[in-house]
Amino acid sequence: MLNYAVKRLLLAVAIVSVAMLLLFTMIYLIPGDPAAVALGPRATEAMREALIVKMGLDQPVWVQFWNFFTRAWMGDLGREVLSERPVAQVVMENLPFTMALIAGGMTWSVALGIPLGCWAAVKRGSWADRLVGVLSVAVIAVPSFVIAIYALLIFAVALRWLPAIGAGEPGNPGDQITHLILPSLAVGLGWVGYIARMVRASMLEVLEAQHIRTARAFGLPDAMITYRYALTIAILPTITLLGVGIGQMLSSAVFAEIVFARPGVGKLVYDAILTRNYPLVSGAVLVTTVLFVLLNLAADLLIGALDPRVRSKL
Amino acid sequence: MTVLAVSDLNVHFTTGAGELHALRDVSFDVSENRVVGVVGESGCGKSTLINAILNLLADNGRISSGSIEFSGQELTGLSRRQMRELRGPGIATVFQDPMGALNPVLPIGRQMRNIQYRSGQAKSEKDMRSLEALKRVRLPDPEAVLARYPHEFSGGMKQRIAIAMAVMMEPDLLIADEPTTALDATLEVAMIELLKDLQRQIGCSVLFISHHLGVVAELCDDVVVMYAGEVVERGSTREVFKNPGHPYSLKLLECDPARQTARRRDLPTIPGELPDLNHRPTGCIFAPRCPHRGKECADAPPDRQLDESHIVRCIRAGAV
Ligand SMILES: Nc1ncnc2c1ncn2[C@@H]1O[C@H](COP(=O)(O)OP(=O)(O)O)[C@@H](O)[C@H]1O
Ligand SMILES: [Mg+2]
Repeated sequence: MLNYAVKRLLLAVAIVSVAMLLLFTMIYLIPGDPAAVALGPRATEAMREALIVKMGLDQPVWVQFWNFFTRAWMGDLGREVLSERPVAQVVMENLPFTMALIAGGMTWSVALGIPLGCWAAVKRGSWADRLVGVLSVAVIAVPSFVIAIYALLIFAVALRWLPAIGAGEPGNPGDQITHLILPSLAVGLGWVGYIARMVRASMLEVLEAQHIRTARAFGLPDAMITYRYALTIAILPTITLLGVGIGQMLSSAVFAEIVFARPGVGKLVYDAILTRNYPLVSGAVLVTTVLFVLLNLAADLLIGALDPRVRSKL
Repeated sequence: MTVLAVSDLNVHFTTGAGELHALRDVSFDVSENRVVGVVGESGCGKSTLINAILNLLADNGRISSGSIEFSGQELTGLSRRQMRELRGPGIATVFQDPMGALNPVLPIGRQMRNIQYRSGQAKSEKDMRSLEALKRVRLPDPEAVLARYPHEFSGGMKQRIAIAMAVMMEPDLLIADEPTTALDATLEVAMIELLKDLQRQIGCSVLFISHHLGVVAELCDDVVVMYAGEVVERGSTREVFKNPGHPYSLKLLECDPARQTARRRDLPTIPGELPDLNHRPTGCIFAPRCPHRGKECADAPPDRQLDESHIVRCIRAGAV
């Protein structure tokens, strides 16, 4: 297991490094002079040259990349253009809100998707199965920003059950959670469908397996067979799916943060693009990439912990 | 006393190509303390037979008629719950494929503990029983086995674990579906010896499924010969081997089982093909491949009694 964890960790570091290289290349290849863009049309030539030296843009490309790379690993993502605040600090202030949103979305999708998929598999062919099938396709087909807008209109505006905008009062967890319910539903609802379908399919496959017949041949109770013998195996592909799906959840989070006017990395990037705050954009993208890689790593480690065959193979 | 009595059992599967008549009028008995072998080519319905007994037929399969009595209790028509109570302590089963027969994500110890869920004992007591069972099947280092997972064992060891689980139940009837088919010849001999010993120790009846005549001759008191979902001949192993009454059994025995080597462990091949069970002929099922067939074989053949317990489904039984 330790061996497996170390290997996966090294792979994660490699992926983040490649992401940094790509990001750097993209910034480098964007046409136009970053110093001129940063300073605006009224800057003098002297100011421009001073900024170029300050930003290290007079150095050879590979030195620029090396500086960017080493500083980024040390947590230095440069400074914002106007306020000159460290990008890392700004992103980190917003990150917890996005993490909470993603965690909430996952909670919805897992808490609804797994039982529904399991139920559909056990009652295969029944009306319950068909209902779950139709609902799954429906929630997958509707884009998350549409869900976000309708959730806002119905539960916040029309029914007034839940707050409409913001992330809640700082230091008041109850308020923050009520503010999280609708946006996280918007992020997670589509995933309820994916997970229900995935769990149903893998449950059906596992329930056909030889070892399930063995379990039945020893007269084990149905509940023990379904949950301890079948679901523990059927859940594994779903965890992989969730790990990969984090990327899509992050992009839904952008919409949810805009619709519900919540602070967060998505909202931050959106605003930064509108104000051409490029250091902030690239810093936020990098942090998001690291988040994605880390959550993927967590999914892989979880699978290693749950499946002894994976553990011994790697 | 009869532990298992199967009579006139018919099983159908609903398939894309219509109704598949997998078992037709299957009858045989397993008496107390006897080892009964069921032989037949692959596809002749051996696994279907035991699935029908255990009420574990696939969703598209059903018992269309007939009766299965276990210790005097009729099994067809039992509720799911009643049937579940019987599986394990009444009838324990060792399946064909040891590789897939155990749950891959639960340690052996957990799986052995779980099947003792009825006993109401403490965990440690259940584990003691698991250890005893593993010792009985002569697995080295049984304590370590409990903590390990199925993929850490070879096929032969997994099959021993599966046998340990079955004998731990101390069943009245032990069913073994080709327990040695996936193993190589030396392991097969050891496994047969083991099954023999265990059967004597716990004093159960055994229904032993095989397509290896030599093994059946060695291990079994009685034999049931199946062809295309029908029992064509049954009787004591001695009678059937010495004095086979059905042309199919004769064909099988033309190869002396004692001389079957590791390379030729399967049943000898017979010219012709298995009939299409979706369109089962009304007459004798073996007639198209039978060298002795005549006009009378177009009608359903009777079950002829050659000896006290020796029964043959052939109009010319004993005369060929
Ligand atoms: N679930 C099923 N659906 C349709 N046909 C089946 C099913 N299970 C078994 N059969 C058919 O029943 C016959 C007997 O199969 P089986 O009992 O597995 O034979 P054996 O165990 O002797 O090799 C075969 O013709 C097989 O194709
Ligand atoms: Mg079989």
